[in-house]
Amino acid sequence: MSNERLLTIEDLRVDYGGIHAVKGISIDVPKDRIITLIGSNGAGKSTTLRTIAGVVKATSGSICFEGNELIGKTPDEIVSMGITLVPEGRRVFENLTVLENLKIGAFIHKYKLDDDLERVYHLFPRLRERAWQLAGTLSGGEQQMLAVGRALMSRPKLLMMDEPSLGLAPLIVKDIFDIIRTVNREGITVLLVEQNANQALKIADYAYVLETGDISMQGSGNELLADERIREAYLGKRKE
Amino acid sequence: MSSTILLQHTLTGISLGGAYALIAIGYTMVYGILRLINFAHGDIFMMAGYFMIFAMASMPWFIAIPLVMILTVMLGIAVEQVAYKPLRSAPRMSIMISAIGVSYLLQNLATYLFTALPRGYPEIPYLKKILHIGDVSASLVTIITPFLTVALTFLLIALINHTKLGMAMRAVSRDYETSQLMGIKINRVISATFAIGSLLAFIGSLLYFTDRMTVFPFSGTLPGLKCFVAAVLGGIGSIPGAVVGGFILGIGETVLVAMGYSTFSDAFTFAILIVMLLFRPTGLFGEKVTDKV
Repeated sequence: MSNERLLTIEDLRVDYGGIHAVKGISIDVPKDRIITLIGSNGAGKSTTLRTIAGVVKATSGSICFEGNELIGKTPDEIVSMGITLVPEGRRVFENLTVLENLKIGAFIHKYKLDDDLERVYHLFPRLRERAWQLAGTLSGGEQQMLAVGRALMSRPKLLMMDEPSLGLAPLIVKDIFDIIRTVNREGITVLLVEQNANQALKIADYAYVLETGDISMQGSGNELLADERIREAYLGKRKE
Repeated sequence: MSSTILLQHTLTGISLGGAYALIAIGYTMVYGILRLINFAHGDIFMMAGYFMIFAMASMPWFIAIPLVMILTVMLGIAVEQVAYKPLRSAPRMSIMISAIGVSYLLQNLATYLFTALPRGYPEIPYLKKILHIGDVSASLVTIITPFLTVALTFLLIALINHTKLGMAMRAVSRDYETSQLMGIKINRVISATFAIGSLLAFIGSLLYFTDRMTVFPFSGTLPGLKCFVAAVLGGIGSIPGAVVGGFILGIGETVLVAMGYSTFSDAFTFAILIVMLLFRPTGLFGEKVTDKV
C-alpha cells in the first residue's frame, strides 16, 4: 500500500435548499485504502458523496482527484475519470433486467463487456442466475449486490458507497462488508458512508466522524472503535 | 350499409388511425421520460405541414421530404431546449404551463407569418394515386399509412429494447439522478426522445395532410388533442398503447361519420377520454402507477 493520495477534499462547503449541509470539511483518501465517514442522520455524509459525484453543486472548496479538480465537472465526466457512487437505497433500475443494469453501469465505455460481466458474476453468482429477471423482482440484498456490481462495471478507481447496509438483514450486511473488503483487495479504493459505525470502523483504514456538517473527530478505524465518545454516541447500544 | 361501403370506411378509418398513432407516440414517449404532456406537439405537427408547403414550392419531393424531416426534428429539439430544459428541476406544473405557452406561441407565429387562411398542401407524387381493389377504391396514402405505422412502431420498440440509447431512455424514464451516476448524459437522451417524437409527427403530418389537403395555423390543435386522448386511452407512457389508441379513435371517428353522425365524431373522442379517466385512468396498456420512494 502506498500513501499516494487519490482524492483530496479541502474546505468543502455545500449549501442545499437554504441549509448549510457541509460546512468546510477536509478529507484525504489515500490510494488502495478503505476510508469511512460515519455520523448520524443529516450530518452531511450523503451530501459529501453526491457532491464528489457531481450531482450536487459545491458552494466553495476543492475536490481534487489524481491532480484534477472535480468541482464544475458533470457527473458523466466524473464517472469517466474513475469515480462511481453506489447510491443510498440501492436505486437499481427496476424496469431493466439484471443484465441490463450491469451493462448500464458501463455506459460510458465502448469496450466488450464479457470480462467485466464475468468478474461481477464471479463476485455475485446470484446475479448470473438472475441475469434475465427484472431487477425489481430481486430481494433487498440481491439489489444491493446488483448496485455494487453495476458500479464495478465502470471499472472505478474510487468506489463510493452510501449506506450499503441500510435495511438489510444482519447476515447480508456481513456479506456486503466482506465484498467491500474483497473489492478493496483487488485494488479499488473505497470511500464508505455508514450509520452502522461498528462494522464500518472495523474494516476502515481511516475514519472521519461527521456532525451537522463538520468533522468532529478522525483517526484510524481501531482508534475510533476504542474511543469513549464514539462508543457512547455511535456504538453504545450495539453488541460487539 | 353495404359491405363495400363498410370496407371503404374501415380503410379510411384505419388510415386516419395510423396517422393519429404516429402523433400519439410522440406524446407518450415524452410523457414516459419527462412526465410532461407536451401540448406543443400538435403544433409541431402543424409546423411540419407548413414547412412541407414551402419546401415543395421550390424543390422536388425527394429533397423536400428529408429537408422538412430535419427541420421538424430541429424544431422539436429547440422547443425542448428553450422551454423545458431550464425547468428541469421546477415543479411539474411549471413545465406543463410552459408547454401550453409554446403551443400558443407556435400557433400565433404561424398566423403572423403565414396568415390564418388555409393553404393547400402540396401533392406528393404517387401518394395520391388511386388504386382499385374490387369495388373499393383508395389512394395509395390510405393503404400505406397503416403498414408504415406498424413498421415504424416495431422499429421504435426494437430501438427501445435493444439499443444502448433505448436502454438509456428506459433508465432515465425511471430515475434521473441514478442515470446521471451511471454517466448517462440525460439531456442528450431527452433530446433524442424529442427528436424521435418530432420525426414521427412529421411522418404523421405527411400522411394526414395529404389526405386533408389544407394546412392552417390551428390545424394541429384538434388532431393534437385527439392524439393525446389516444395516448391516454392506450395508457400514457406505453408505445403499443398509443398505437392501439390511435387506431381505435381513427376507426371510431370514421365509423360515426359513415353512420351519419359526423356532428358527433369529435365528441366521440372526448367522451372516450372522460370514460377512460373515470373507469380506467391507467389506460388499456398502462402500468400501475407506483410512486417512487
